[in-house]
Amino acid sequence: MGSFQPKLIAAALLLTVVSWAQAATVRWLHIEQNPDVAAFYADVAKRFEAANPGTKVEMQFLENESFKKKLTTLLQSPDKPHVIYSWGGGVLREQVKAGVIEDITDAVNSGGWRDRLSPSSWNTYSVNGRVYGVPMNTSQVVFFYNKDLFAKAKLDAANIKTWDDLLGAVKTLQAAGITPIVAGGADKWPLHFYWSYLAIRQGSRPAFEAALRGENKGFSGDTFVRAGELFKQLADLKPFQPGYLGATWPQSAGQFGDGKGAMMLMGNWLPNAMAANSADKVGIPDDKLGWFAFPSVPGGKGPLEDTLGGMNGWLVTKGAPKEATEFLRFFLDATNQKIAGEKGFYIPVTKGATEVLKRPMLKDVARNVERSNYHQLFYDQMLGPSVGAVVNDISADLAAGRVAPAEAANKVQQAWQLAN
Amino acid sequence: MASVSASAWRVPGPARWWRRADDPGPPIGGRVAVLLLFLPPALLLFTLFVALPMAEAGWYSFFRWNGYGSPTEFVGLRNFRLLLDNSDFRTALTNNLLIIAVSLALQLPLALGLAVLLADRLRGTNGFRLIFFMPYVLAEIAAGLIWRFVYDGDYGLLAKIWQSFGAAPPQVLADPDWAMTAILVVVVWKYFGFHMILYIAGLQQIDRSLYEAARIDGANAWQTFRRITVPLLGPTIRLSVFFSILGSFQLFDLIMPLTKGGPSNSTQTMVSYLYNFGVTRMQIGFGSAVGVVLFVICVSFAFGYKRVLMRHD
Repeated sequence: MGSFQPKLIAAALLLTVVSWAQAATVRWLHIEQNPDVAAFYADVAKRFEAANPGTKVEMQFLENESFKKKLTTLLQSPDKPHVIYSWGGGVLREQVKAGVIEDITDAVNSGGWRDRLSPSSWNTYSVNGRVYGVPMNTSQVVFFYNKDLFAKAKLDAANIKTWDDLLGAVKTLQAAGITPIVAGGADKWPLHFYWSYLAIRQGSRPAFEAALRGENKGFSGDTFVRAGELFKQLADLKPFQPGYLGATWPQSAGQFGDGKGAMMLMGNWLPNAMAANSADKVGIPDDKLGWFAFPSVPGGKGPLEDTLGGMNGWLVTKGAPKEATEFLRFFLDATNQKIAGEKGFYIPVTKGATEVLKRPMLKDVARNVERSNYHQLFYDQMLGPSVGAVVNDISADLAAGRVAPAEAANKVQQAWQLAN
Repeated sequence: MASVSASAWRVPGPARWWRRADDPGPPIGGRVAVLLLFLPPALLLFTLFVALPMAEAGWYSFFRWNGYGSPTEFVGLRNFRLLLDNSDFRTALTNNLLIIAVSLALQLPLALGLAVLLADRLRGTNGFRLIFFMPYVLAEIAAGLIWRFVYDGDYGLLAKIWQSFGAAPPQVLADPDWAMTAILVVVVWKYFGFHMILYIAGLQQIDRSLYEAARIDGANAWQTFRRITVPLLGPTIRLSVFFSILGSFQLFDLIMPLTKGGPSNSTQTMVSYLYNFGVTRMQIGFGSAVGVVLFVICVSFAFGYKRVLMRHD
């Protein structure tokens, strides 16, 4: 017995090693909290395993905030996941610079993968001409409104085309005793949509790109000061729900769903979150929920067609088995993405997967982004983690009236200079 | 805990075996063996998880570094300069000092008063001690979430009280002028029980016959408290002040569930500032500089305090 046991252990070890060598395991780390979407992911993984005998997909989950905080350490550990979620932008650039993300250009160029997405989609996940990730879905930030509350105040959303129209609508709603706007100010990023969109409407793409190059005084230039001034015009009307600075994003989605305010500036993912956080778990039903584009600003150069939103996708980490890339090829093909589009989980960017969208709002957004000549990634993602956080900070401060527009723009420029 | 060790030091006997001339102590070889056996694990753990990370943080604080790879971009003292120029950091530091002030001025007197009331073994005192000690037992995150509900301007307890008077409820956690006050209330509520128990333990060490003698001499309650309780409780009070100040510097886990340091960064403490501006923003070098400043403050306070105020304890 004494000599039998070690042999047994050795045999077991050998078996394990052999099975490892045969079967590649793809560790897939996702942040999806919605059980339906997670079930869809699991189903994709199962079908990939069935199509590739010997390959295993191991699904791992981290909550959004913990994922962002742990990722830096995680990516430098030998136990790192192979496929990770990404918002593109500045964080992706830093990861690529640090050499922790696999260059998948060659795989993308083979087997017709490149034709599945538009060049601008690929661009979002390319750094210096090399592809480092595959976008999965797109989104746009729009003004959602509660049709019942608008009717009560005798407002027509179709008439809100300019910033002054919006300010007028706010006053009309207030006169009718309705809170005009709901915002999750504690998380800050919901408020940064205002500052970003105002800058986009003011100066469009040229202003942003000039600021990135440091021209026209960078982010402390006129466009961004003006964005702050316009935002201040709105904030001075005190349009937000009581306690908005303490409300988190999920809380505010619930408040909007409960009819505590008439409008909310948010991405097209709002309806799902609204349903989950409303008192009755439904929120505003689809036929009572309207939306309109962010209004134009006086003297602004940005057309209403410019969009602010995201393009989220997946990255393969350095040193991952080639099966990880193949898994993305499988997961992000039109067949699988159609399922997601059909069920209304998100707006897929894979060509041919958007025709199946059923929800009118998602259809609208998909068309807007497609038509848009300038789809700006969220500033807080695009500018990288340190500058993005400052944009969020100053947006909340502008809403609270605790910083002057020029000073706010200066803070962003200072952070940008420090980070680059 | 404090009063036990404090009194143990004064007791002659086994605790002082190494000073006694008539006791040669165990053979020298035994002590070396004990040292060799017991020192390395503690020393190793301390080096690996305390000393080394501290030295590393000190090193990182001179770099601009996002946490990937190893730091290469040496920036000298720039992180420290940025830190001292940053108005949010100054707010955080002020908040820390505010927490200390409130702890010393409100929390400790409250704890001492309750301890005096509850130190005697009367019927019911144990129940009250338990109730007052409860908040300390709760996890900080749980306590923070509970108070977030209490303060909620729509559905919270506070809102209901206001509404019962027909007033519009305040949104304390959302108001930059009031959020810190709301947090201070939670801090006092959370930790006074701990200091109360410290004081009760200290009070029970005081010789009853002193009170008896005072009563016979005609001292009134205030005189007894002033002349007997406070001086004899001195070591415990000094220790509780020490804990209170160090704890205030390190306050973090109550802040996160309550406000995350907001609104408008008005409720950051140094540690929440480190987390929000260092870790979250991937500015590990900058965050390390915050850590170094915090470390220097805490260490100089701890050593200074021990040297000046606790040297006799």
